[in-house]
Amino acid sequence: MSVERPVGGQASGDETFPVSDAEIAVRAKALESLLVEKGLVSADAIDKVVSAYETDIGPMLGAKVVARAWSDPDFKALLLEDANAACEQLGIGGMQGEHMVVVENTDQIHNTVVCTLCSCYPWPVLGLPPNWYKYPQYRSRAVMEPRKVLREEFGLDLDESKDVRVWDSSSEIRYFVLPERPEGTEGMSEEELADLVTRDSMIGVGKPRDPQETR
Amino acid sequence: MVADMGGAAALPRKNGELVFETPWESQAFGMAIALSDRGHYDWEEFRQRLISEIGGWERSDEDERAVWNYYRHWLASFEALVKERGLLSEEEINERASEFVSGTRDDHHH
Repeated sequence: MSVERPVGGQASGDETFPVSDAEIAVRAKALESLLVEKGLVSADAIDKVVSAYETDIGPMLGAKVVARAWSDPDFKALLLEDANAACEQLGIGGMQGEHMVVVENTDQIHNTVVCTLCSCYPWPVLGLPPNWYKYPQYRSRAVMEPRKVLREEFGLDLDESKDVRVWDSSSEIRYFVLPERPEGTEGMSEEELADLVTRDSMIGVGKPRDPQETR
Repeated sequence: MVADMGGAAALPRKNGELVFETPWESQAFGMAIALSDRGHYDWEEFRQRLISEIGGWERSDEDERAVWNYYRHWLASFEALVKERGLLSEEEINERASEFVSGTRDDHHH
């Protein structure tokens, strides 16, 4: 409600940090202007980071990993045992991707990933987290009542017989989900399979696309 | 529907939502990573700051705290770290910010 006074002062040791969007925008601009002026970083380097995450690093990389796992049992075994080694085989890795763990959905188990501490998210395979993932409300509710959150917020109605497991990502371990391979995908190539894999299916709040819909 | 069709090139945007809502959010994101890339601090240091910054928000009084904005915490953590490292001072940031507000300094890029 009220946005009159700064928050997080104790954590950031900073009472002057602005609150309104316009003020924050100016603050960001001032920081960048000074950092560039002092030669601590170039404007170009900043832009490159942003465009990499906007265009090159995203869920399509995770989709490649999932598609390979669906097609190659040896790769899948490695992925479940050592996700980083498996991703490295596909040239995928990097920042915020240390210690990734893949959890497999089966006909009996559904996995969902949250982060109750901050927003730990495997950037190299999924890109940056969606906005809702970063909401504290999502994180706490998903832990308390995952089945209900999945049904009400994401329209994912899980069979009562399925065991729902919620994995809490931390700075040490970042989880992502290996969704179940959809039916009717026999004989599809890895590229075709990758097109079915959504970001939400790798966080465990959705299913892969139905192959009939993408034809 | 074309918009629902696959295709890796289009995935990051349509496979979810836009990552950044405002230009300053992407600016904040880019700065924090670029400075870490240049070795001005370890990424883990930034992360730990962000965790405690967000923790502070979560523990604060619901009626009194600012509306939730992830990148606001991101930028606050970044600024605090930059000051702690002596890369920039509070005074010069304030001064530069007021120059932008008053229009005595122009936006030369972005």
